[in-house]
Amino acid sequence: MIEVKKIQKSFNGKTIIEDVNAVMKAGQCNLIIGASGSGKTVLMKCMVGLFQPEAGEVLYDGVSFTQMNDEQQTEIRKEIGMLFQGSALFDSLNVEENILFPLNMFSSDSVARKKERVNEVLERVNLPGVNKKYPSELRGGMKKRVALARAIVLNPKYLFCDEPNSGLDPQTSLVIDKLIRDITVEYNMTTVINTHDMNSVMEIGHYILYMYQGHKEWEGSNQEIIFSKNQRLNDFIFASDFLKDAKDMRMLEQRGKIDPERNMDDLLK
Amino acid sequence: MIMLKGMFARPENGRMYWREFMHQCSEIGIGSLGIVAIISVFIGAVSTIQTAYQLVSPLIPLLTIAQIVRDTVILEFAPTLVCIVLAGVAGSRIASELGNMRVSEQIDALEIMGINSRAYLILPKIVAALIMIPLLVVIAMVLGIWGGRLAGTMAGIIPANIYDKGLIEFFVPYNVYFALTKSYVFAFIISSIPAYYGYHVRGGALEIGRASTKAVVVSCVLILFADYILSALLL
Repeated sequence: MIEVKKIQKSFNGKTIIEDVNAVMKAGQCNLIIGASGSGKTVLMKCMVGLFQPEAGEVLYDGVSFTQMNDEQQTEIRKEIGMLFQGSALFDSLNVEENILFPLNMFSSDSVARKKERVNEVLERVNLPGVNKKYPSELRGGMKKRVALARAIVLNPKYLFCDEPNSGLDPQTSLVIDKLIRDITVEYNMTTVINTHDMNSVMEIGHYILYMYQGHKEWEGSNQEIIFSKNQRLNDFIFASDFLKDAKDMRMLEQRGKIDPERNMDDLLK
Repeated sequence: MIMLKGMFARPENGRMYWREFMHQCSEIGIGSLGIVAIISVFIGAVSTIQTAYQLVSPLIPLLTIAQIVRDTVILEFAPTLVCIVLAGVAGSRIASELGNMRVSEQIDALEIMGINSRAYLILPKIVAALIMIPLLVVIAMVLGIWGGRLAGTMAGIIPANIYDKGLIEFFVPYNVYFALTKSYVFAFIISSIPAYYGYHVRGGALEIGRASTKAVVVSCVLILFADYILSALLL
């Protein structure tokens, strides 16, 4: 579990995030959503220690990360995996070497065991047999999956994903979302995902934190978001007419005005 | 200074650091050997021809040409000129490699893994430069003097035996010590300045290019400045 308590961060005197509180539980996907510039990336970077917040604290399973010295933070970081927006694979290393990198750095297993582990995680992300390919030879979705494999190779307790679907087509985005959700449940990880993708919000958002101009505007689950009365949240989530209609349909279903078991084929005839 | 201080931490895994160090030795040493060899041979050759062109008096013995070429190559051309070229070759590579890693979040990825990115990425580059650049300077000295001999004999300026005799006469070993001292200082400049600019890049591809150019310019100016200071202090 990760707790964020009254986090505040500014750059050049301008407050970017202020007084943000959240509790992100293990075994579920915790989404941070918000418009560009709302402070979600800064919040995530504060959580992993890439930025030092000016006030507040981040607790990993009850232990304050922000109060730790560098060595203690390094120990916690060994339990963190992160999937970056641009994948952040090492260009000069092939897929196998990329995934082996954290293993070589921190694991005392034999070379054979390490390679076995690489193949395990590559199979887990549905990418067997790409061991010798270089990042430049991979498509966007494949890069994301390799980066995910590298992030989970040390069995981390916490997984951070910064816009995992950016630049991906809707189908590949679904594959990545499903993979992250399944891995989160399977390994009982605390997963924090920073996203713009409304499909992800609806599909995997066990817990959703909506940021607006640097502060927490709303929090809840993907079930609750449909019925939220928060105007800013609704304007952000249901921005298009299509999504507004979808929301209205869902609400009518919930109120029993439309049969949720209706046969769409019959209706379309 | 803060960057340099941050480099000195206990390595997470000594073998990985050693591997990175060897990789950097190969990149800086072997990667620059070709250009260093070409420059050195031609600088030596041109020195011989120009020295002969200026020594018009029949009272000056021919072997003086060899002595002048030897001393200019050892004292100035091999350490300073080669290091200025290396600032362009190795320095821009270091700055752009680190800049690209910064922009594409690879450095952040290392930090998240719990790896001291400064220690892992910068320290091996500086140590590799401190070892390989003086070696390249020694190679440049040998090739420069040999290039002078080759040009001298091919152009009929000075016979090989007289050139060889001139090389030995009035040889001051301290000059080699001085050149090596300069090359260590320059090696530190060539590796640390581009590392600083590359590591602290913010933005995108344009900023990487700018950082790389700035790193080379600053390194070259500092090399020339250090050259003057060291010459004033040690000669």
